[in-house]
Amino acid sequence: MKHSFLDQYSDRDSLIHRLDPRTKLIAVFLFILAVSLTSQVLWPVFSLYFVLIAVLVTLSTVPVFYIFKRSLVIIPFVLLITIFIPFFKEGEPIATFHIWTWQVSASYFGLQLFITILVKAWLSILSLIVLTSTTTISDLLHGMEQLRLPRVMVMIFSFMYRYIFVLTDEVMRMRQARDSRNVGGSRLRHVKTVGAMAGTLFIRSYERGERVYAAMLSRGYDGHTRTLRRRDFRLADLIFSICIVLVLAAACLFNYLH
Amino acid sequence: MEEAIRIENLSYAYPDGQPALNDVNLTVYKGDSLAMIGPNGAGKSTLLLHLNGILSSNDYVRIFSEAITDKNLKEVRRRIGLVFQNPDDQLFSATVFDDVAFGPLNLGYSEAEVRQAVADALAKVGMSGFERRSSHHLSLGERKRITIATILSMSPEVMVLDEPTSNLDPRGKWQLIELLREMPVTKIIATHDLELVEALCDRVVILDKGRIVADGVVKEILHDLPLLEAHGLSGPPGIRSASESGSPSRG
Repeated sequence: MKHSFLDQYSDRDSLIHRLDPRTKLIAVFLFILAVSLTSQVLWPVFSLYFVLIAVLVTLSTVPVFYIFKRSLVIIPFVLLITIFIPFFKEGEPIATFHIWTWQVSASYFGLQLFITILVKAWLSILSLIVLTSTTTISDLLHGMEQLRLPRVMVMIFSFMYRYIFVLTDEVMRMRQARDSRNVGGSRLRHVKTVGAMAGTLFIRSYERGERVYAAMLSRGYDGHTRTLRRRDFRLADLIFSICIVLVLAAACLFNYLH
Repeated sequence: MEEAIRIENLSYAYPDGQPALNDVNLTVYKGDSLAMIGPNGAGKSTLLLHLNGILSSNDYVRIFSEAITDKNLKEVRRRIGLVFQNPDDQLFSATVFDDVAFGPLNLGYSEAEVRQAVADALAKVGMSGFERRSSHHLSLGERKRITIATILSMSPEVMVLDEPTSNLDPRGKWQLIELLREMPVTKIIATHDLELVEALCDRVVILDKGRIVADGVVKEILHDLPLLEAHGLSGPPGIRSASESGSPSRG
């Protein structure tokens, strides 16, 4: 089956695309760190972050709409966690609801916290999307390796990237096979079928794991992962790093002064 | 003729106790192109896994007159290149380059040697220029070729292939057969595809229920219809049409 690319647009050519993956990985890491450490309601700082992302997106030539659309994926997850914050934080109430015999009020402080978290999550996911749409996954993996991330972790990422579509195909085929035979029946039976499918998928994946390992052994794998090291940290990377660090330092300073 | 592989009295049972191989004796000579045919579950794949020490074979298997030991395991795996049936098992890396480079890297080649080996192997299977692609975006035929490149990059002396043409369409199949025909190494091919056997191999063994029940030249065995039928391999229409019309590559 045909699949969309996880790293769509990563094969384009732009200033951002040409940067060393390590530079981008570290920049994104610092960016997310700075975003999460910023105090709440410091809107000027958050605007600065947003402008930074906007500049990067423009430089990367990746369609803005694509990045925006993908970034919305995170919102439901964040909402799930944060939706109750306004009702639990104490402070000046801005709205009070009567639900049956309960009285629930949302505080101004809680609402601010809620919006801040939402903005932080959104900024973080934006930076990650910029990263993955300007760097191919294999370059990212090489970058992680060169940054001395634990090999096992990099391998797990690599296998995940390689097999996620293989597994998706397997699930699709199982679903088609089920739907071809599944007519009517109680809801409970349908749920049971889904459970059985999950079990089957697990067993198949386990068996595939054994075959993949045998294929690795057949090509001389002995538990040590070896790679060709590529180093291409260039002037552009240096300039980019300096820019990012300056902007983030300015944001931190502003944060500190308030 | 010089021996490449000698198997003597090899028996093997799966971990759950079910017997898979029963007293197998087989000698493969250098330059052989050997087909191993047999019904599903005959033990073909299990036998192949013994050839490079994935399944323990103790003293029953000798590779170039040597038993497989921990010491020579890596060298054995270089000399015996094993290609698995499903390219999704054989190709596990993020890019084609990484997959083809995996063997050479594990053998400790230098960077220049690795790059050369990968370039040569991909050129041999006609897949140059695919280095940076990821294999899940390639067609099955393309993936099958790359699985062959992953062992060619280690310059094997024996190529062991498990069902190389399974699931391929006829054009993909004949392209692959052509490709394999040009490889000047000893080949052991497990398959049900009798057309492939006729086009590519000079010797056939039939494996059934973990035993070798026939061993002979292709012409005799493929025309011994009662024998083929007795072991679930009968394909009179297929064989007749293949021998009457001749295979396209010979045409």
